[in-house]
Amino acid sequence: MSRGRDLLVSGLVLLAGRRRGLRVRPAEPRILEEPPERNPRAESAAIVCLFLGALCAAAFPVVYFVGAVPAKTQLFGLSLGLALLFVAAALVIVSQTVVPTEESEHDYPPREHVEEQEYVEQLVEESGQGFTRRRLFKLGLVSAGGALGVAALTPAISFGPLRVRDFYGTPWRKGRRLVDENGKPLRAADIEQKTFYTAFPEGADQEEQGSPLVVVRLEPSTLRLPPKLHGYDANGIVAYSKICTHAGCAISLYRVPTFAPTEPRPALVCPCHYSTFDPADGGSVTFGPAGRALPMLPLEIDRDGNLRARGNFDGPVGPSWWGVRERRPSP
Amino acid sequence: MIRRVVRYLDERSGTAPFIKKTLRYLFPDHWSFLLGEVALYCFIVLVATGTYLTFFFVDSSHQVVYHGPYTPLEDQHMSEAYRSVLDISTTVKAGLLIRQTHHWAANVFLAAIILHLFRVFFTGAFRKPRDLTWLIGVTMLILALLEAYVGYSMVDDLMSGMGLVIGYGVGLSIPFVGANIMGWLFHGPFPGGEVLLSRLYVVHVFLFPALIAVLLTAHLVLVALRHHTQFPGVRQSERRVVGVPTFPGQTPRSLGLMFATAGVLFLLGGLVQINPIWLWGPFHTYTSTNGAQPDWYLGWLIGALRLVPGWDFVVGHYTLVPNPFWGGVLFPSLVIGFLYFWPWVERRLTGDQAFHNLLERPRDNPLRTGVGVGMVTWVVLVFVAGSSDRVNVLFNLAYDKQIWVYRVAVFVVPVVFGLVAARVCRELVRGERVEEQRQLAETEARLEFASRLDQA
Repeated sequence: MSRGRDLLVSGLVLLAGRRRGLRVRPAEPRILEEPPERNPRAESAAIVCLFLGALCAAAFPVVYFVGAVPAKTQLFGLSLGLALLFVAAALVIVSQTVVPTEESEHDYPPREHVEEQEYVEQLVEESGQGFTRRRLFKLGLVSAGGALGVAALTPAISFGPLRVRDFYGTPWRKGRRLVDENGKPLRAADIEQKTFYTAFPEGADQEEQGSPLVVVRLEPSTLRLPPKLHGYDANGIVAYSKICTHAGCAISLYRVPTFAPTEPRPALVCPCHYSTFDPADGGSVTFGPAGRALPMLPLEIDRDGNLRARGNFDGPVGPSWWGVRERRPSP
Repeated sequence: MIRRVVRYLDERSGTAPFIKKTLRYLFPDHWSFLLGEVALYCFIVLVATGTYLTFFFVDSSHQVVYHGPYTPLEDQHMSEAYRSVLDISTTVKAGLLIRQTHHWAANVFLAAIILHLFRVFFTGAFRKPRDLTWLIGVTMLILALLEAYVGYSMVDDLMSGMGLVIGYGVGLSIPFVGANIMGWLFHGPFPGGEVLLSRLYVVHVFLFPALIAVLLTAHLVLVALRHHTQFPGVRQSERRVVGVPTFPGQTPRSLGLMFATAGVLFLLGGLVQINPIWLWGPFHTYTSTNGAQPDWYLGWLIGALRLVPGWDFVVGHYTLVPNPFWGGVLFPSLVIGFLYFWPWVERRLTGDQAFHNLLERPRDNPLRTGVGVGMVTWVVLVFVAGSSDRVNVLFNLAYDKQIWVYRVAVFVVPVVFGLVAARVCRELVRGERVEEQRQLAETEARLEFASRLDQA
């Protein structure tokens, strides 16, 4: 009976939140300096923060389970974020007012331990005294280590092909039809001026960098193709690789119509680093970081009025690499 | 109760003396010493939210057709990876919160690391015996940049793919072996093989985080073994460290900072939209969009790529060094090389081989501060140049003219700023000396006056 009463009393005391006195064993000297001045108001503030934190955190499952709550992400963020911030506030209050924060000092650790250094050196030296052909042994160690390292790394060669030849390939062949994203052939008559079209080789993988073309129609009189590209256009329709020769982004800006005097000519522009190419001049670079012209695809119009490739590009497609430009794409 | 826990641990590990020492370890007090801590807490949030995301992310480039609640993308072809992130953002309850918090945490993580680096650099905290700690820190910065880039790239939305192909283009430009390496890593020319996404995934969720965790541990152990640096003071010296002990003083502070960091990140994740990938749409080799900007920590690289004029290094009919090399490889290599080697360069320049536990104020070392300001100006200018297209849209300044201004400015302004900063440092110190002399003279005069009064 009396035990039950004790429990009840202690329970009530706990619930009432009576501040407990410091239970310091008086015989031992204190570790910390004298306790700071009691700050019951700050302590209460910290307690309030903790309970507010608990409340905010408890809201999280409520938001999760109650179906009709709109803007859930915002409520989730508020609940979790505020809960964490309330706990942070409680901790900061405690650290500033309730917990002793006296500064203390001691020596930095010693800069070096000369004795131990010498011990290690001597130990290693003495333990090696049994070797008679030390240099040969070292050579053996290095060989074994090196060979093992090479052997361990060899499987990594399987990651992928190391050959550069693949970078020259494109799906374009003589006679291959130009189709749109859905596989519908591009008809020359449908290609209008002052806009651009994206085309692919019929039946090929559209994700390959060698595939996509940007096709525009220019007034034939404005074409100024360099001699080696003469005849690459089909009645003013020109086609270039859509992949920028700088860093490989898709060229999805066509600067047309133009406004004098700042934008004198139509241009194909890559939105990543603003390399600018002249479609009337064989895709030459007029501004920006690209180092070589856009590869041009020779076109022809077949008897049904569809656009077809008359061969492969005049240069390698996509961003450059060591040794590029010398070779044309494989036929 | 406490006694029982400590006894349990002590009997099994014999670490009571270690626990005692740890609890009384001293933390010198200055607000700037908390920046590294913020980075640490961001890393914890990143691991926690990232782990949650792995339960939903599908690391597959297999193409599927989208049918789901986000109708604007209905019937579009996309990779399973992108669809899984769409699902995380739309149908997984609290998924968007976790994803956005993860993304915000990455942004704040890098910001905290870089501010921490500034603090360490400009106060000379990297000097012996903490040069090894500095090297590990710089390595972690590089890993954090790569980690963030790979995480961004594996979502396979339009922006992510544009970032990835630019990285591919930069990789191709590496002299001699670029094409071999990229074909090897990607399993063929871009967009690479089916394995590419799984590779990015395992690098992002295992390889880089594990490396960062290992280096982070080494970094913190080294800091603790040598103890923290401090600014000079009355009691602070090269021999004596003054600070607040781990317990009780520092513990609630640091925990408070941790909860505050996490709290702010979750508030951002819930309330401030970041990388709304459903708006970008799926990536295809033949798609791109205008006005794309990377996350802020890659801004310096896109700026560098845009600034370089169209030079390839050509010999005969061979392109040897393609253009992205200058901005994408050389420029960051110079900046990172500077960070790696500066402790040794400075030691060489000043002949200072000494042990340093006391920090310098930036003004106390005009050479270092000048060089540092010059480097920061250089990188920041290149960063700002990366936003020329936005400036063009917002203020109607011609893009190409801006670029030409930057092409000159990046070589001139850093030198000017560095010289000005060094001069300002010297003047500040000189001013302090004058002030000191003045006060000394004043005191002397007062004393003399008082003694004369006494005599009189």
